[in-house]
Amino acid sequence: MATTTEAKVAEKEPLFGKQERALMTDPLLDNNPITIQVLGVCSALAVTSLVYPSLVMAIAVVFVCAFSSLVTSLLRNTIPKAVRLIVQLVIIATLVTLVNETLKAVNYPVYKQLSVYIGLIITNCIVMGRLEAFAMANKPWRSFLDGIGNGLGYGLILVVVGFIRELFGKGSLFAGSPIAIKIIGPSPEYLIDTATAGQWGSFVFGWYANNNLMVMSVAAMFIIAVLIWIQRSRNPKLVDIS
Amino acid sequence: MSTRYIYTFALIMTVLVALLLAGSKVVLEPIATKNEDIFNKRQILEAIAAPLEKAGRPVASLSDQEVLDIFQEQVEQEVVMADGSAVEGIQAIEVDMAKERKKPLEERQYPVYEVALDGKSFYIFSVRGTGLWDAIWGNIALEEDMNTVAGVSFDHAGETPGLGAEIKDNASWKAQFAGKKIYDGDKYVSVTVRKGGAVDQEHEVDGLSGATVTADGVTKMLYEGLKAYQPYMDDAATGATSMNLK
Repeated sequence: MATTTEAKVAEKEPLFGKQERALMTDPLLDNNPITIQVLGVCSALAVTSLVYPSLVMAIAVVFVCAFSSLVTSLLRNTIPKAVRLIVQLVIIATLVTLVNETLKAVNYPVYKQLSVYIGLIITNCIVMGRLEAFAMANKPWRSFLDGIGNGLGYGLILVVVGFIRELFGKGSLFAGSPIAIKIIGPSPEYLIDTATAGQWGSFVFGWYANNNLMVMSVAAMFIIAVLIWIQRSRNPKLVDIS
Repeated sequence: MSTRYIYTFALIMTVLVALLLAGSKVVLEPIATKNEDIFNKRQILEAIAAPLEKAGRPVASLSDQEVLDIFQEQVEQEVVMADGSAVEGIQAIEVDMAKERKKPLEERQYPVYEVALDGKSFYIFSVRGTGLWDAIWGNIALEEDMNTVAGVSFDHAGETPGLGAEIKDNASWKAQFAGKKIYDGDKYVSVTVRKGGAVDQEHEVDGLSGATVTADGVTKMLYEGLKAYQPYMDDAATGATSMNLK
């Protein structure tokens, strides 16, 4: 009797063991969905012109990724193989619809700003990719962590790109949210006022103007490319030698 | 796994998902509808952002409840036809400009918002047109003389960020509209967005660089949109004059 109990304890997987932590941290850098797997790039270009919508989008994707992985993993032994992609799609679509309706009720202006892109999480390759590659073959808790990890990896890039684009494109940060701050621009509302004559702000930053390129999707392409470049030059293992 | 199992699985899943989504819709829909209403009303008030700010109530800092209160207490809603006759039994905010635009001209309904602010009246008119990629729309506020523009607010479905989308985002560009006249003497001329910079300071505003097609869309939208309100404006203006005479 005693030995079987011991064996059971040993078999039981820890909640946050080394492997579990790796499931969440790997997708942040070395296996990032956007910069390494190059998935979900379309929405990363479209929603990142401001930090706040990027953040909301990131949270939405983390939620959908995590819970679709959880549900799929719970059902993995009952899902008929012949229709598994459709079943996965229904799970994702249900969660996305819930997120869409909730956002509409909680924060309508951001819902308007993100427009179709919340709905398009359904087609985000990251979500279905993780279901097919991981959740269909792993236990619920691990799949849940894997979903969170990949959602966070996607969200991290989104927020970084949004930060750079908003700062240099609009001179503000978190515009549209309660903690909106105006950093640099041509009026006294900004922390650094480029217009006030005689002040150091004008002397040092008088030449500064918002970069319109940053507002356009093209900028996201450049920023993501630079991120990929930096990441691969720091870690040669990521470079595809073929 | 048998075909029967697959069908049963699909059936149960579909029913469960349908129930879940229907339930969430029932709970969340009323809140969403209320949010949408506030969002639309806020956009209308943005047309008189300048007078509101002068009155110490900048639109950006109005709470949702304050927006509703202003609409309740200070805004009179009217719906008119293209011939100037009033339509009863419908609130201006209920008029869907996108749907109206598909109807023949003589059946279209147009919303008018009359806002009382600090003893003055402002008339806000809704217009809708086409930009470069998709629909654009806006609200134009006129002062009591039905000639001087008090302010504008624009929005768009899909103009290019940083270029055409500036009609919504660029506050200093929108500020140029204030004080422009839509009549030259007795002749209706509307307000024109002029590529290369306004020449006629009374009736033109500067163009937006890189957004010529959107700017031309705005010009056309304003010209045609406000023209539809002409009979109403004429009636209201004569009404105002006769009242002044009394």
